[in-house]
Amino acid sequence: MASAPSKLYADDVSLVVVLVDTNPFFWSASSLSFSQFLSHVLAFLNAILTLNQLNQVVVIATGYNSCNYIFDSSSDLNQSFENGRMPVMCSSLLQKLEEFLIKDEQLSKEVPEGRIKSSLLSGSLSMALCYIQRVFRSGALHPHPRILCLQGSPDGPEQYVAIMNAIFSAQRSMVPIDSCYMGAQNSAFLQQASYITGGVHHKPQHLDGLFQYLMTIFATDLHSRSFLHLPKPVGVDFRASKFYYLLNFGGSFILGNFCFILDIAQLPCFIYKQ
Amino acid sequence: MNNGGARRMNGGGEEDDDEDYVNGDLDAWERTYTDERSWESLQEDESGLLRPIDNKALYHSQYRRRLRSLSSTATAARIQKGLIRYLYLVIDLSRAASETDFRPSRIVVIAKHVEAFIREFFDQNPLSQVGLLTIKDGVAQCLTDLGGSPESHIKALMNKLECSGDSSLQNALDLVDGYLNQIPSYGHREVLILYAALSTCDPGDIMETIQKCKKSKIRCSVIGLAAEMFICKHLCQETGGTYSVALDESHFKELILEHAPPPPAIAEFATANLIKMGFPQRAAEGSISICSCHKEAKVGAGYTCPRCKARVCELPTECRICGLTLVSSPHLARSYHHLFPIAPFDEVPPFSLNDPNHKLQRNCFGCQQSLLNPGNKPGLLVVCPKCKGYFCLDCDIYIHESLHNCPGCDSFRHSKADKE
Repeated sequence: MASAPSKLYADDVSLVVVLVDTNPFFWSASSLSFSQFLSHVLAFLNAILTLNQLNQVVVIATGYNSCNYIFDSSSDLNQSFENGRMPVMCSSLLQKLEEFLIKDEQLSKEVPEGRIKSSLLSGSLSMALCYIQRVFRSGALHPHPRILCLQGSPDGPEQYVAIMNAIFSAQRSMVPIDSCYMGAQNSAFLQQASYITGGVHHKPQHLDGLFQYLMTIFATDLHSRSFLHLPKPVGVDFRASKFYYLLNFGGSFILGNFCFILDIAQLPCFIYKQ
Repeated sequence: MNNGGARRMNGGGEEDDDEDYVNGDLDAWERTYTDERSWESLQEDESGLLRPIDNKALYHSQYRRRLRSLSSTATAARIQKGLIRYLYLVIDLSRAASETDFRPSRIVVIAKHVEAFIREFFDQNPLSQVGLLTIKDGVAQCLTDLGGSPESHIKALMNKLECSGDSSLQNALDLVDGYLNQIPSYGHREVLILYAALSTCDPGDIMETIQKCKKSKIRCSVIGLAAEMFICKHLCQETGGTYSVALDESHFKELILEHAPPPPAIAEFATANLIKMGFPQRAAEGSISICSCHKEAKVGAGYTCPRCKARVCELPTECRICGLTLVSSPHLARSYHHLFPIAPFDEVPPFSLNDPNHKLQRNCFGCQQSLLNPGNKPGLLVVCPKCKGYFCLDCDIYIHESLHNCPGCDSFRHSKADKE
């Protein structure tokens, strides 16, 4: 797919909406600890704000039970004289993150064993897109928006439809979705998201050098990307080497033996929706 | 305020005649200003500066009306929709299409909006196909065959926009009937006629043709640009389509884009059957093969048909060698929101906002915009019936028209109803 064309607005000014995965099930089992991860990410956020005075950064946390806004560099609360706009010096970011994590944990309920412990990526993607629409409405000159997903949790099959809706909406608004996947397996959702919207997908080999990956691959603004050699999609996993039968049940569709994302267990939920 | 919008809502037909008569000797540019006195809607605030016109509430109420009319047709019974559509677009290129009541002329306006419609159509219905037909000099001709590539249709249309002669509804319907009878039975057969003329020159009995179309299960809809005609109304009633007449350019755009989402399927014609589809693998980078659509050797990017291993360049398409429909899963995924729509949000009545017991979110859940007007008075907002999140009007429109996900429902794993 072609990369997002640059529109006629503020040249290399970016708005980066960062979706940070805070799923405790993933972080407890990861080689990189959450606090180390945060230090990489905060340095990266500072760097983006330093690249251009007008750049904006918004952070949304993707939790296990909920999602919420954590930080907005353009909001008045962060523009106090002492702290400037730098997130790392802004204790409010870390404070809000901590509040979010506490609340997220309180929302937990008993989960049956064997279920995939995915985070609510579709929720944070939807919130990010609503925020970007607000930026589009704000006037003629606004920054190039893009979304960066820092994800480690596995894909949750129940979110397939919602994530695809978000991806198509991003494609229509020409908002690229970059993704940096830190988990063990591959994330087909994120690969598809970046492929369809013209963003960059990367799975870092060495997580302790995460800051360098973020800076070299994800920090540049959209206009300058045409001059850089960024990781290209190699064999995006759209899957299916077999046939799938579509049951045309009076015009609405039930997929028998649907594609890789939905396993057979999901079939009944489609049929019962009729 | 006597602008076009107000006229449409009140349906003041009689006023139009008088005004046209009075303004008969004015130039075209003067006529626009007599109808739409846009300067009268400007307001000044306390310091004498101009206040921006608040179109938001008007726009939102139009959107709510549209949503209500859509959801009233899809009542409690689950509506089945045609997702694989074969649509013929019939464009009237008769003398009447060169009239200049739509500026610069009817045919230019039609062409512009047909282009937008075709793109929107393929965006919402990636598995469907469109064909173009024209009526000129009393004869109907096929401009492009049924196909899934928007560019080829748009290019063909933009080349042939000369208007002459009479218009013939029967010839167009006969031609469409001939073409649509060849398509498989699981597809939904549709015709959209953009009719500019006020008459039709038919070689035979058009009622017979209409009955033939009805028997072939073709859903015919008409958008008129002149005035309402009985024959068009009868055609649409018989075949289950919709008939509407455009009042002005923006109304025409609205009407034509209404046909982009899948229509409800005609109940007695919808049967259950299995459709075989293939999901091709992407060919490896650097592999060389002869592609079946261009008949020449190509390197790399392309797809391999899972049944006959022929190479195709783009999806969705039909394999030329074995006839298998080839799609990729995102194409199917684009149609899911038609099957699983989200519930419309409820408007929040103003009196409940002033209730002190009512804990109001200060910001819209989606975009974090402040929901309070200056002066701490609550502005207009809507609430999701499932997750009880508050949203601003713009997010409401965006969520229902483009995103099709409620951010509130997707951001909570265990719904709030469970907690209470």
